[in-house]
Amino acid sequence: MQELPVVKVDRIIESDHAVIDGIDISGRWNRMFSERAITEYPTEAMDWVTGLAGGESLRNCYQCGKCVPVCPVQHVGSYGPRKLNVKVLRGNNLLDDPDLWLCTTCGNCYRVCPKEVNPLEFMPAIREQAVLEGKVPAELQKVFENLQRQGNPLGEPARRRADWTADAGVPVPLISELGRPVDVLWYVSDYTSYHPRGKDAARAMARVLTALGVDFAILGAEERSDGDSARLAGEAGLFELLAEQNIRTLRKYRFNRLVVMDPHAYNAFRNHYPRLGWEGEVLHYTQFLAPLVDRIEFRSPVELEVTYHDPCYLGRNNGEYDAPRRLLEAIPGIRLVEMPHSRSNGYCCGGGGGGMWLDGFVADHVSERLSERRVREAVATVGMDGTGILSVACPYEPSRFEDAVKSTGNDGRLIVRDIIELIDQAMQPPAT
Amino acid sequence: MELVVLLKQVPDLAEELEIDPSGTDLARDWLSLVTSEWDEYALEEALQVRDLVGGAVTCLALDTGSVDEMLATCLARGADRVIKVGSFDRPPDSHTAARAFAAALRGLPHDLVLTGVQAIDDLDGQVGPLVAAELDLPHVSVVTHISIGPDGRTATVHQEYAGGLVAEFELDLPAVLGVQTSREAPRYAPVSRVRQLLKTAEIGRLEVSVPADGGLVIESMAVPEASGHAEMIEGDAAAVADRIAAILRERGLARGGA
Repeated sequence: MQELPVVKVDRIIESDHAVIDGIDISGRWNRMFSERAITEYPTEAMDWVTGLAGGESLRNCYQCGKCVPVCPVQHVGSYGPRKLNVKVLRGNNLLDDPDLWLCTTCGNCYRVCPKEVNPLEFMPAIREQAVLEGKVPAELQKVFENLQRQGNPLGEPARRRADWTADAGVPVPLISELGRPVDVLWYVSDYTSYHPRGKDAARAMARVLTALGVDFAILGAEERSDGDSARLAGEAGLFELLAEQNIRTLRKYRFNRLVVMDPHAYNAFRNHYPRLGWEGEVLHYTQFLAPLVDRIEFRSPVELEVTYHDPCYLGRNNGEYDAPRRLLEAIPGIRLVEMPHSRSNGYCCGGGGGGMWLDGFVADHVSERLSERRVREAVATVGMDGTGILSVACPYEPSRFEDAVKSTGNDGRLIVRDIIELIDQAMQPPAT
Repeated sequence: MELVVLLKQVPDLAEELEIDPSGTDLARDWLSLVTSEWDEYALEEALQVRDLVGGAVTCLALDTGSVDEMLATCLARGADRVIKVGSFDRPPDSHTAARAFAAALRGLPHDLVLTGVQAIDDLDGQVGPLVAAELDLPHVSVVTHISIGPDGRTATVHQEYAGGLVAEFELDLPAVLGVQTSREAPRYAPVSRVRQLLKTAEIGRLEVSVPADGGLVIESMAVPEASGHAEMIEGDAAAVADRIAAILRERGLARGGA
């Protein structure tokens, strides 16, 4: 126990007037200075949570409610960060509570929390205990198994990871075949490698890098998932397994920097791979391209109104808001308009922290998907005449938002594009 | 109750399979191996039965050089001990496998032996019956709903037939079962725990000596020729929905009016 100064209540002297350094601080004594019972809750559950590595901060919550208006999940259901503290105080260790799986680790509550209660740390810690007890929602378990077996959440064959390159229109070299160091090792990421809409972004990126004369290569079938969302979903061992596999591969090759498409990969390589033994320069692709923007030769204006969705793991949780906007503003014709929730108060798409793989589970506890709320906000910002674009910089999002465009009845009214797709489009010769 | 589960690994179908130049085996360079699905059901049933009536679950796998992780996964799921049997350069045929398992079982206490009813790599389904024959034990294949009698000397199992018919069998223990499915999906084995166990777990070893003959010999393998193709439905949501509705009507699957 830490030695704390003790206020001896019986030795307090009351003065009617007190002046310190010329300032009158007279006031009424209040019960802050008398002993009183504040809580008489059982402490077992809270002691258990705060005894977990990462669980410590949950105890610090003092129910101020700052997190309530900023939590995206609270907007669509009864979940709330503040309520977690109360549940645990009342003896619920969350292991059997659906709330355990609703947090997307978007970090917006942590941003405003005066007590620095951090779900990015306590959620994975409690979830790991649930995983160890086998209490994993079935759809998430399937994804964990895919990550373990195929190295990607979609369950696609590992050896097909670079199949998208066949249609890129430019050569995409494999670093294993180059046999020399490269400037940029491009870590393509899971959804960019396999998802039909993700592959569009991968091909656009390949063309842009080639047009800029960047010396780059990819890992191809040697690349495995970065594992960050599995870590946040509570599978620490799976994260370490994937990270060790990636680190072994990265150590085989020489390159100046790693450029990634996925903010979750950026978060992993930047903040979590170092403790497992890999350190190096890692850039999100928007950060790599933003300083090169003057060298991009744009040939076709994109005369559209565009808004930008800050990915939680590029923006709020890693502080990069400007690079994506610099790129968008450089594209001729684009008018960039901000949504009310932007930059550090960006609204979560619902895909983080395992949410990408819990759609069915989460649906039972929320009134609508976060991606659907975000699409409504985008439509309200750029209009619904079909010329507005919701631009993104995370490979989870094209599919999430395009589904949400359809499910909110906005099919044909809003276009979803990765920023790299817009750059690629503007670099093409004008249609004649 | 001593429960023993016999497991093996099969090629992971997530990777596309290729035939090697000999024409009698799969190309093994890109092959990854997973636990046979039916063996996972057998393990889950064994764990469920143990949790209901008490006892211990022992997992046996023939040592083909790559089974440590599978056995650590069995421990992570809750098995009490795991044992590698014999030493094989490559997975043996069902007859050899059954003789090796039976040789191991002769030295191990066993009230109920469970294995997957079949495996995708040979669809032979013979390991269960052959082990039972070697040990002169009763055997039922394709079973579900395993329950143990109150005195612990009998087991009741179901076999499901076409048309919704179910047969119920009662067997005297010890017995051998070929498991079709488990009452619950096989439980998740957390990677953290598997990794920990790979470092610390004690994997037992039993030497057995068995003649390798009597099994099937593969003469040639070929990729089946595709006979039908999927129809990709193009167009906007309304057009896709119309086409799906039309297909359902064509097949007589739509209820109610046209």
